[in-house]
Amino acid sequence: MKPLVPVAPGTRIVLGVAFFVVFVAAWCVATFGGFVQKTFLADPLLMLRSGWTLLAQMGFLGDIGMTVWRVLGGFVIAALIALPLGVAMGAYKPVEAFFEPFVSFARYLPASAFIPLLILWAGIGEAQKLAVIFIGSFFNLVLMIAVIVGNTRRDLVEAAYTLGVGDRSLIRRVLIPGAAPEIAETLRMVLGWAWTYVIVAELIGASSGIGHMITDSQALLATDQIIFGIIVIGLIGLVSDLAFKWVNRRLFPWAQLGR
Amino acid sequence: MSSILQVRGVERRFDSTLALQATDLDVEENDFITILGPSGCGKSTLLRIVAGLDRPTAGEVALDGRRIDGPGADRGMVFQSYTLFPWLTVRDNVCFGLRERGLARAQQLEIADGYLAKVGLGGFEHHFPKQLSGGMQQRTALARALANQPRMLLMDEPFGALDHQTRELMQELLLGIWEAERTTVLFVTHDIDEAVFMASRVVVMSARPGRIKLDRAVALAHPRHYAVKTTPEFTALKAELTEAVRAEVLAAQTARA
Repeated sequence: MKPLVPVAPGTRIVLGVAFFVVFVAAWCVATFGGFVQKTFLADPLLMLRSGWTLLAQMGFLGDIGMTVWRVLGGFVIAALIALPLGVAMGAYKPVEAFFEPFVSFARYLPASAFIPLLILWAGIGEAQKLAVIFIGSFFNLVLMIAVIVGNTRRDLVEAAYTLGVGDRSLIRRVLIPGAAPEIAETLRMVLGWAWTYVIVAELIGASSGIGHMITDSQALLATDQIIFGIIVIGLIGLVSDLAFKWVNRRLFPWAQLGR
Repeated sequence: MSSILQVRGVERRFDSTLALQATDLDVEENDFITILGPSGCGKSTLLRIVAGLDRPTAGEVALDGRRIDGPGADRGMVFQSYTLFPWLTVRDNVCFGLRERGLARAQQLEIADGYLAKVGLGGFEHHFPKQLSGGMQQRTALARALANQPRMLLMDEPFGALDHQTRELMQELLLGIWEAERTTVLFVTHDIDEAVFMASRVVVMSARPGRIKLDRAVALAHPRHYAVKTTPEFTALKAELTEAVRAEVLAAQTARA
């Protein structure tokens, strides 16, 4: 091993898989070896079996669907409002000066701390779940988009002006396309955060969703089901992340050049 | 001949530093003017003021008698840094200004492909800028500026980042295009060979605060072949300019010490 020397693609996959193997092996040793009581940690086989029961008999697919819907719903609403606002803040400094201090403050407000308030305001329905995700992702998105757009290379802006663009054209033809790949990467990252907020939102006052199943299982001390739920969240997160990456690469092939 | 660009008493101050002091310059139609000077002498500042990217703190610049108060398509510019839009192909980069004017796509492509052929980039239309060498990127930037049919072409050390051999080829290419199209050019450089080889007029600027110190017509015949660089006329002018620039570089160093 030498610092910063890249690893071959094959080796990379082997190493990545190896950690999962080590992890599951340690789990097997701890549970089958009798080092940990069943009440605290279920073994992998039991976890898979109850997972199957959850999916086949207890309608867990419906819960997964609900959770995915909530994440996407809250995230899409946040993104739809954050995009124009972020671009406007990045492009026009007075707009940024107006919103930036509040947004910087608001983004440190923990989304989960709003849950009691949101239940009071919006009840325990879907609006409350969407609102938690919205609060968790919106302010960060706005701020990061504003920074990305504001960092547009000045020489590209100047070149565009000498080619005859006006201010509106500059935003549409230079600032937005130039910032698009980085904005897409930011969306991908914030979508990952949205997944952590949705589970918190579902732990309190929900009647469906993966988080709700986990709270129910806690009452029954069903660690097998809890672990299965957590793994499902991880897997969905991984898949959505890979899909997002793939889409970004297809949308912005030029941004991959020279990397 | 009538002058198309008039620089009148242009001065630029950055806080307390006077970068450019009351400068006058007249540019005639079809002139190829190179501006020489030590670094920090304000030659790029002068060019940026003509481009409308910077504003003078005193004086004014007029193009065709109209006062310049901002950048516009009538003054195309090629920068020292690589300023192709990385998300557009070579062809769409060249079409950028044409599309802004609302030209039909077919017409855009015809003009763009014509200029790409002139700069020797036929066949690279669909490449992205990052797939090109530095010289090819600057040739595309030149095609992009020319495609807009500007009244003037402003060039800010456009070959400064290129290696010596590529730079000489680029000079010949630009000179060839100028000999064919006679677009008025204002070209900033610190390379004396380059300045003499392409110019119809060479202007030398003094150390900061910059002002025009020397203004020489270059009488070498066109079309110029690169071998002109070894002729006695070329060498004599180069020697005179070298002395003039050197005195300013020394002055700049003393001022800094």
